[in-house]
Amino acid sequence: MEDHRNQGREFDESLFKDVKINLSAVARRASDLGSRRAVKKQQQAAWELRAVTCIDLTTLAGDDTPANVSRLCFKAAHPLSQDLLKLLHINGAGISTGAVCVYPNQVKAAKEALVRSGYPNFPIASVATGFPCGQTPLKSRLAEIRSAVADGATEIDIVINRTYALTGDWKGVYDEVKQMKDACGAAHMKTILATGELGSLRNIYKASMVCMMAGADFIKTSTGKEGVNATFIVALVMIRAIRDYYRLTGVKVVGFKPAGGIRTAKDACVWLSMMKEELGDEYTSNKLFRFGASALLGDIERQLYHYATGYYPAITEMPMG
Amino acid sequence: MAGIVTDGNAGHILGDLSYGSALDAENVALNWLEKNNKSFGLYINGQWVYPDGRQTKESKNPATGKVLATTIEATEDDIKNAVISSKEAFKTWSSLAPHVRSRYLYSIARNLQKNQSLLAIVEAIDSGKPTRETRGVDIPAIIRQFYHHAGWAQLKDTELSGWKPYGVTAVISHWSFPLMHLASRVAPALATGNTVIVFPSSKTRLSALLFAEICIQSGLPSGVVNVVTGSDSRLLVSNPDVDKVVFVGSVDDGRGVRKLTAGTGKSLSLELSGRSPILVFEEADLDSAVEGIVEAAFFNNGQVRNSRSRLLIQELVQTQLIEKLKARMSKLTVGNNMEKNNDLGPLTDPQLCQQLKQLVDGDHGGEKFQVNLVTSDQANYFPPTLIYNIQTSSQVYLEEFFGPLVTAIPFRTVKEGITLANHSVYGTSASVWTENLSVALEVASQLQVGTVWVNAHNLFDAAAGVGGCKASGFGRSGGKESLFEYVLPTWQNLQKPQNVNVDINKFGTASNSDLLPSASASGESPGWEFNKTYKLYYGGGQKRPDSGASLPVLNYKGEVIAHVPDGGRKDIRNAVEAAVKVTGSWGRKEGHGKAQIMYYIAENLQSRFSEYVGLLSAMTGQTESEATQEVDLSIQRLFYWAAYCDKYGGSVQESTFYGVTLKLNEPVGVIGIVCPENFPFLGFISLVAPAIARGNPVIVVPSGKYPLAALGFHQVLETSDVPAGVINIVTGDGDALTKTLAEHHDVNALWYFRSGEGSKFVEAASAGNLKRTWVSYGAERNFLDADQGQGGELLYHSTSSKNIWLPMGDIFAN
Repeated sequence: MEDHRNQGREFDESLFKDVKINLSAVARRASDLGSRRAVKKQQQAAWELRAVTCIDLTTLAGDDTPANVSRLCFKAAHPLSQDLLKLLHINGAGISTGAVCVYPNQVKAAKEALVRSGYPNFPIASVATGFPCGQTPLKSRLAEIRSAVADGATEIDIVINRTYALTGDWKGVYDEVKQMKDACGAAHMKTILATGELGSLRNIYKASMVCMMAGADFIKTSTGKEGVNATFIVALVMIRAIRDYYRLTGVKVVGFKPAGGIRTAKDACVWLSMMKEELGDEYTSNKLFRFGASALLGDIERQLYHYATGYYPAITEMPMG
Repeated sequence: MAGIVTDGNAGHILGDLSYGSALDAENVALNWLEKNNKSFGLYINGQWVYPDGRQTKESKNPATGKVLATTIEATEDDIKNAVISSKEAFKTWSSLAPHVRSRYLYSIARNLQKNQSLLAIVEAIDSGKPTRETRGVDIPAIIRQFYHHAGWAQLKDTELSGWKPYGVTAVISHWSFPLMHLASRVAPALATGNTVIVFPSSKTRLSALLFAEICIQSGLPSGVVNVVTGSDSRLLVSNPDVDKVVFVGSVDDGRGVRKLTAGTGKSLSLELSGRSPILVFEEADLDSAVEGIVEAAFFNNGQVRNSRSRLLIQELVQTQLIEKLKARMSKLTVGNNMEKNNDLGPLTDPQLCQQLKQLVDGDHGGEKFQVNLVTSDQANYFPPTLIYNIQTSSQVYLEEFFGPLVTAIPFRTVKEGITLANHSVYGTSASVWTENLSVALEVASQLQVGTVWVNAHNLFDAAAGVGGCKASGFGRSGGKESLFEYVLPTWQNLQKPQNVNVDINKFGTASNSDLLPSASASGESPGWEFNKTYKLYYGGGQKRPDSGASLPVLNYKGEVIAHVPDGGRKDIRNAVEAAVKVTGSWGRKEGHGKAQIMYYIAENLQSRFSEYVGLLSAMTGQTESEATQEVDLSIQRLFYWAAYCDKYGGSVQESTFYGVTLKLNEPVGVIGIVCPENFPFLGFISLVAPAIARGNPVIVVPSGKYPLAALGFHQVLETSDVPAGVINIVTGDGDALTKTLAEHHDVNALWYFRSGEGSKFVEAASAGNLKRTWVSYGAERNFLDADQGQGGELLYHSTSSKNIWLPMGDIFAN
């Protein structure tokens, strides 16, 4: 994992200050994405399997307890049933989701569950820093990160300060994120831009650039709690920022994580295709690409089942996560 | 087509995220071909006819070379039968109630919609278009055309009162968009009450034949639409009973059609190709511009009237843009057009590759970036190609071609960008990329094209016209503006002169001028009028003719009453130069300012009222009351057109697009006007007034018989603040002056109100720069009549529409 750490760089406003983004043109390209490339049959199955490995299987609810968290952890480590793997002629080893993703208070439960079931090193992501709104004192937000890391989180999804972003205090955003990165220590940091609250595509680009400069290992669209979450339009803007940052640094160290509203296997394939077309093949692995999703896995299971058998299974035939 | 995993399994390719193959199914099209025994007749008068002994032609799939079907090569007799059928059907079709015609168009739309998939696949396998495009763009567009025009059919009498259909309309479409070209001409033609003969491009015939089946399904009466296939569209164009020709194609072919129809009285719309500029300014969203360039240059394999792009990049962002474009292009895929993962398919005609290869490998002095072709050994695939750092004089930058090639040059300032964009013989469309609204609008307004897209490219809709200017022809498809291509004023009988004999090479070359001194009227001592000095008037001043000679002017009794300058080629040249000089400023002058000048002209004419009455009577022998009426009406006409100076600027088109589509009625440019012999003053005023009101500088040749009132009019103009060069008046031998105007490439339109021979000459000679023409074919026009003297026809001929697409939107979430 060490090779995928973004070292960040000095804050430099000139890299984003005058960015020009035309929504209608971006929207046309976004709507084009799903029709310019297609995968069918065997390829489709392969793409769906790839998508499984990129999922951050998530539960972020007030009523989370060790019971559902441990279910989720086991599902994350074994996303596809033995039956299905057999039907697909696949050796199950190697197919697991990218990570589980839980609130800081559930990290400990997740870690225990994973250790119990023999996956002590399975990645645990945790949303920290006053998720989803970030409206708590910086001190406590940083403390959340440290606590989650101490409990065993290997990936931290932070939220950026939208108050700073909307008032144009990009240096403020940078400084906070940089401190968060320090707090993460060895854990990977994903920065959630909460794009649905940033008002303009230009702000999304700016937030992307600022986070990458501050050391984000991933930039992530949304918490899943905003009105508008992961859309292809927003994604294209963030992806362009990643491309520009790569041009600047020459290293492919920043990944992309769309989250919120991604539910179908078909959508998952379009997302992967977008990564492949806009950034290149290496951005389709879970080192540089993740889905933040909870329902997606179920649909993929059903599609794979259909691919293997020719008929659509009832939801109850798919093991619960 | 899911199925049990058999030989392969997903596990094998877990690590491989390639696309594999996602072929679109051809079955639906192949079944249709089978059903027709892979052999098609001609669709004439509601029947499929298979005349004996005809040659046939094979339609081939350009991706595979496989024969799809055979079609008939129509002979002159077959075409005659089709025309007879159309002519007969016109009688009833044109007299149907608008609502009934509307229902038929609606029915066509419904039936097209029901057969979308079939249409999309037939179009793809016959033309090589990617099915992604035929499914996503072409077919939805043609359906929209018929829905939209079902509406126009319904509103025909409301929105087009005073206009009637031409009659038999020949639609000759181009292979680049077989169905889209067809639909966007057939729909307005039918909506306005014409009957149509469709002549598809010889290269792509099948979708037009399928369209004939749709017409049958829709219950369209026999003969309203006929479809004939063949290799020589001239057989149809030259049929004397064709009333209207709509031709879509290359500039050279367009010239041929222009010459072929010259003098026949057939109305002609030419929608020809061009080289569209894409202007990328420093304040552009460069990543989006790159997508726009891809859309512009490579849509339909680069075979679009609006492609063959000239990419003009502001120097400051050139390096960055070229780098981004190369990266994007390297992701483009070329191959079988049925494959959903291919961005480009084969070119429709393998010969196109040869021309492209020559251009790309030729001596252009630039750098070449070409996408690797991994696809196939087929001859008709060409890799997407960028040639940059070339010069404006490179052949690859200038030539007309079809295919996936884009040429790029840098510019320094906004002004230079516009200059480079307009420095072209073509004028189809352009796109402007900038986030700066002021730049976008100023550039869009100054580009000499029919369509401008701001931060977009290749947006189309039935509610907005497309079409060109300059050598890209005239005529529009889409929007209300296109309806006027299919109608003529109700009062007018379509003039179809037969056997007009004129030697095009000799017309206007022999001067008929009588250069001998002439005696004064009735031999008495010459009066002041006789000795009054008449000079040519151009560039705001009176000028002696280059010839240094004069022509006598006879009154109605045959007596010499004055001499006027014998102007010639050089005088016309100077006058055109003066007009060109003022084209930009007069064209952009605000309507109020132009109206003020025109009212002032009317005012100053009023104060010379009796002088003009006297002059007209003395020349023509009109009674005082007749002459009074002519002058009085002239003043009215000046008022009428002064009123129109600020009331015909354009409208907002209701296209299916989030944003604003602005239609601007722009000036045509420099207009030459050869006035009729009769109505020596009213005719002159009635033609000049609308032209200048709508921003066109004019070079006027007054009545040859009675030129004095018009020529002397400069005195009024000089006192009315008319800017130099806006109205230029040249007397002399009418034919010689006409010839010079018709052949002058800086003249954008020529109106000619004299003989059938002259009309034929004007139309033939206009093929040089494809100027718009408006000729009388020798028919007299009663300028006293309001419909004839100030009808909507004059507005049509005085303006050229431009559609500017302004997308909007910044809100995507909160």
